[in-house]
Amino acid sequence: MKHLKPINQKAGRIEAQIQRELAADELDVVGLESRPPDGPHIPLGCSLVFFPGWEADSQGGTAGLCQPVERDLFDCHLACFWPAHVPDQLNHSVDWTGKCASAQKDWRKLDLVFP
Amino acid sequence: MTPAVAEPGAMAPIALREFHPFEAAGERYVYMVPSAGVFKLDDPSAAVIDALSTGPRMPDDIVGELSGRFPEERLRETLQELAGIKAVGTADAPREEVVNDLPPEGFPLTTMVLNVTNKCNLACTYCYEYGEDKIVDTTFGDQPKFMLDETARDSVEFLLKESGDLPVAHLTFFGGETLLNFPVLQDTVAYARRRGAEVGKRIEFSLTTNATLLRPDIIEWLAENEIGVTVSIDGPKEMQDRMRVFHSGRGSYETVQPKIKELLRKHRTRPIGARVTLTRENLDIRRIYEHLREDMGFWEIGFAPVTTDSARDYALEDEGLDDMLGQFEELAFEWLEAAVENEHHGFSNVKDTLEEIHKGVSKAYPCGAGLGLLGVSTAGEVSLCHRFAGSDDHGFGTVTDGIDREQQREFLEDHHIKNKTDCHTCWARPICSGGCYHESQVRNGSTTGPNLHFCTWVRSWTHTCLEIYGELAERNPEFLARFDA
Ligand code: SF4
Ligand code: SF4
Repeated sequence: MKHLKPINQKAGRIEAQIQRELAADELDVVGLESRPPDGPHIPLGCSLVFFPGWEADSQGGTAGLCQPVERDLFDCHLACFWPAHVPDQLNHSVDWTGKCASAQKDWRKLDLVFP
Repeated sequence: MTPAVAEPGAMAPIALREFHPFEAAGERYVYMVPSAGVFKLDDPSAAVIDALSTGPRMPDDIVGELSGRFPEERLRETLQELAGIKAVGTADAPREEVVNDLPPEGFPLTTMVLNVTNKCNLACTYCYEYGEDKIVDTTFGDQPKFMLDETARDSVEFLLKESGDLPVAHLTFFGGETLLNFPVLQDTVAYARRRGAEVGKRIEFSLTTNATLLRPDIIEWLAENEIGVTVSIDGPKEMQDRMRVFHSGRGSYETVQPKIKELLRKHRTRPIGARVTLTRENLDIRRIYEHLREDMGFWEIGFAPVTTDSARDYALEDEGLDDMLGQFEELAFEWLEAAVENEHHGFSNVKDTLEEIHKGVSKAYPCGAGLGLLGVSTAGEVSLCHRFAGSDDHGFGTVTDGIDREQQREFLEDHHIKNKTDCHTCWARPICSGGCYHESQVRNGSTTGPNLHFCTWVRSWTHTCLEIYGELAERNPEFLARFDA
């Protein structure tokens, strides 16, 4: 700020907050790991988010994905309960993962659910 | 994000929002409400505020009006910055709501005030514990006269537990006259030290006394145990002896004077303060201050107006409060001159307010009572603060059962500034927040309402402290770092 000089501690914090807001307005890419007030923190596993390294690895293939696709299956229905994407394990398909002790090994055992 | 209020062609008129302006050392400042930020204005920002003080305007009109004095770009910048700190905003924007942000559950206890006795060997006319305005029946009630060792130890355990992860907790002894129960003081301090060391917590001690019972061995014990001491005293002989009398009616000055001198000579491990109660008849603050600071040698002197029903003939009413304010201001500016020279001045009222201004506190509650501070009665009942110790209506559990968190929650909900609608338009609310619950109880018969009889006084005093703060920020900014912690 050029015209107002922060004098007490609170004024200093207000100025810092204004700077952050201005900076946030200019940024268009924000690290997923950064948390408010520097940036958004979006919970893992939400399919609205583009995860770099999730669809394709650094070579353009799928061998070295930073997150196994099957992980997303679990995050979607554990971290954010989302019965549209995965079976509703809270009420209707309680045993859906019963045969799948380790997602990385057993994910094929997860089957479709027919209501 | 701050809306761009100042873009050329912006269509919404803008207006001033909530703040309190003040001047110091030839500079202009704003105290923001409710954020409590203090900002210094430069010429263009002061000019914009002056222009808007006559009413809302279009941003382009403001810029046009002032463009003869400042370049347009600077004016737009200024408007944007003033909008950023919320000193200006669109004219039709609603007032900022006072939000009901209750403190987190399980808020830790920082200070426990232990009423080790409710007996006193003096009979001060204005005393809220025994006088006409008492709220607890100390004479015929069921509270024991003295706290037992066992209750005091339970209280220490209570403090250790309820202070949670805090590395330091404060234990203050209160009364009645605390030294009437000296054996329990000794036992409690020894016990608290041992238990504090065991659980890895430091406990700091302090007490308030009328000084009549000080003896060499007690003074030695106070010094050895680094116990902070506050002496209740009203000033030179004729002032002290007017209200602070023994049960026989005899004044107490001759008794306390040599004992206080001895205390100040021998107890050097903690600064020793005096606390003066101001009444209509005891209002020569300058004289009291000089006597206590210079003749007696107290490190700090704090003044408080007596808490009493306005009908009492010693109550401080409007005229007395004006007089008190004038004298406070005089001492406060003297304090400033000392601070500019990095010297100590013992007028503690100004220091406390400046610290709050420096940090920019914006309070939802007037004080820590019921939150970080609780009182404990001689029977071990936990209460809002020491002044409510033993009162059935303001209980928060017992030292053995712990804080009654439900009751505490209810209290905090009822007493939040959100409910004090009278205060919602007052610029002093970040610091005052309605004022002392006990004062309100005595005056209005309930703790919930704000102390509206003090508003003029509170606002004038806060304004003076802001001026002093601004002066100090200009003339000796390094001094303010002392308030940083
Ligand atoms: S009690 Fe009076 S001075 Fe205090 S915040 Fe309320 S309105 Fe302002
Ligand atoms: S309620 Fe009044 S007496 Fe009690 S701690 Fe608060 S300001 Fe002090």
